[in-house]
Amino acid sequence: MKEKTQVTIEAKNLVKKFGTFAALDGVDLKVDNGELLALLGPSGSGKTTLLRIIAGLDWPDSGEVSFNGEDALAQGARERHVGFVFQHYALFRHMTVFENVAFGLRVQPRAVRKDEATIRARVKELLDLVQLDWLADRYPSQLSGGQRQRIALARALAIEPRILLLDEPFGALDAKVRKELRRWLRSLHHEINVTSIFVTHDQEEALEVANRVVVMDKGRIEQIGSPDDVYETPATAFVHGFIGESIELPVQVDGGVIRLGDQPLQLAAEGLASGASKLFVRRHDMLVGPPGSGAFEGAVQHVRNFGPVLRAEVALSGGETIEIDAPRDKELRAGDTIGLNPRRYRIFAG
Amino acid sequence: MTMQIADAVSLSASDAKAREKARAHAAAARDTLRTEARAVRIAIITLAVLFLTVFVVLPLVVVFAQAFSRGILAYLAALAEPEAMAAIKLTLIVAAISVGLNLVFGLVAAWAIAKFEFKGKTFLITLIDLPFSVSPVISGLVFVLLFGAQGYFGSWLRDHDIQILFAVPGIALATTFVTFPFVARALIPLMQEQGTQEEEAAISLGASGLQTFFRVTLPNIKWGVLYGVLLCNARAMGEFGAVSVVSGHIRGETNTMPLLVEILYNEYQFVAAFAIASLLAMLALITLIAKTVLERHLDEGEDASDH
Repeated sequence: MKEKTQVTIEAKNLVKKFGTFAALDGVDLKVDNGELLALLGPSGSGKTTLLRIIAGLDWPDSGEVSFNGEDALAQGARERHVGFVFQHYALFRHMTVFENVAFGLRVQPRAVRKDEATIRARVKELLDLVQLDWLADRYPSQLSGGQRQRIALARALAIEPRILLLDEPFGALDAKVRKELRRWLRSLHHEINVTSIFVTHDQEEALEVANRVVVMDKGRIEQIGSPDDVYETPATAFVHGFIGESIELPVQVDGGVIRLGDQPLQLAAEGLASGASKLFVRRHDMLVGPPGSGAFEGAVQHVRNFGPVLRAEVALSGGETIEIDAPRDKELRAGDTIGLNPRRYRIFAG
Repeated sequence: MTMQIADAVSLSASDAKAREKARAHAAAARDTLRTEARAVRIAIITLAVLFLTVFVVLPLVVVFAQAFSRGILAYLAALAEPEAMAAIKLTLIVAAISVGLNLVFGLVAAWAIAKFEFKGKTFLITLIDLPFSVSPVISGLVFVLLFGAQGYFGSWLRDHDIQILFAVPGIALATTFVTFPFVARALIPLMQEQGTQEEEAAISLGASGLQTFFRVTLPNIKWGVLYGVLLCNARAMGEFGAVSVVSGHIRGETNTMPLLVEILYNEYQFVAAFAIASLLAMLALITLIAKTVLERHLDEGEDASDH
């Protein structure tokens, strides 16, 4: 679309406290040029605070933020040239869609401000880009949620931002619109190729849209990696539990033996530190076999048909009850005693 | 009954006839919900109407009847008296000054309270309400205490030949103090509800503080501002107590309309007193109508912002 400005973002040791609550507790992050990065975490994990600090809408208590090595904290939000899309869009309610998108162009200092014809052409171009040129004369209150979201994006892009930041861009939309917009955002990013960060609490959204995912919890970064990385090789117990549905069992590692309750499990435990630990298995990685064939044994309590899979509630002989996903052709009935063998599993100390 | 209503409502999204039916159902439902006997209802309504007539309608009628009791010419002559003209002029000047000042103060105070977090915010809100909770006479006395001949600044003012008490500045000050809460009170809830996101959006799009205020904040609150100004103006023109204390009642110079009404009345000049009073009554009526119109706009604004 336009010539691209190369921007990398670097945050170093950011700390931000609200009273005694630490929203950010020592965050380091490097975002490469042209990336589409997701900040993923539960509410209160500090992801929105991090985004607002990068935008210049909030200030850290300590730490550094730089764009291309330049200190960004020395600049206010106005000078940073960052496009920000708010969770609730924050469209100017008394302006038409056209004027909303034109706002960033109209408030430029007189010396660099474009003439009216150029502004009009640019707004038209942006409305075409978000495929809403036919709504130019409407007011925000007359638009659907998805339309508002796209107008908010067009407005943010009008200033040709160096960086695009999106705060829960799809949070307030219903499921169907959300899925459409996700795909659309990814292709749009591909087209305009601006370094972008979006905040979400929806792991599916993060894994589907982003090139890289940053998983946050309690003001700290738990893991940074590709969607495959964070799903396949979670770095911490939190990441494993938060991304993808997991079975979590409290186990005891004891000199190369893993115990659930007082039962030793037939699972490899090389290299694990002794002590209380947590065993994580994805639901679909728990393979069902005849009794005695696997590391666990249990009685099937309920079986539900869950779309492509059967979801079974199994009471393990150790006393824990877990939910597993089995292929539909598996014959499982309530009351069956089965053996369970985790195809893959991870153990975290703590 | 409730089921029927729900059915009728859900079926009639676009069908006016069915909607009419639903309304009839709802009215019927309301009727069966009434527990008071018919006689009790009539008695209560009559009481309300009587009360309104005696305390609101009748006084208004009396004001105009007295004003025009010797015909329209006497009415106009009373208004054309130099003393009356001076009072009208003074009232307009004082109202213009105090509304202007309170518009600025109110906007600034509401802006600070609604858009920023700071220590002592609750205290500031309480302070804004102070003029409402203090008797206007006390408010006036405060200014006498400050600027009067025996007051704190009295000798200094006399030395520099500045006249505050018994002159326009004193009346304007007292009126401004008494009417201070109106604009701020109209704006604080409105601005709090609107939050700061639109302003943040404007700044991230490169707008300066002033551009943000004039292009985003002000258009969003313009109906609220007008509402506050309207009530502030009505009170400023009608204020008696505080002004009475600081004015000194100098005829043709420091009498506002409400003060002149009292003086004329005490001198048995009923036509003149009520002629001036009729102007104040008309101001009240116009204010009421304008208020209704503005309230409708404010409601619409809320609907529009209802994402």
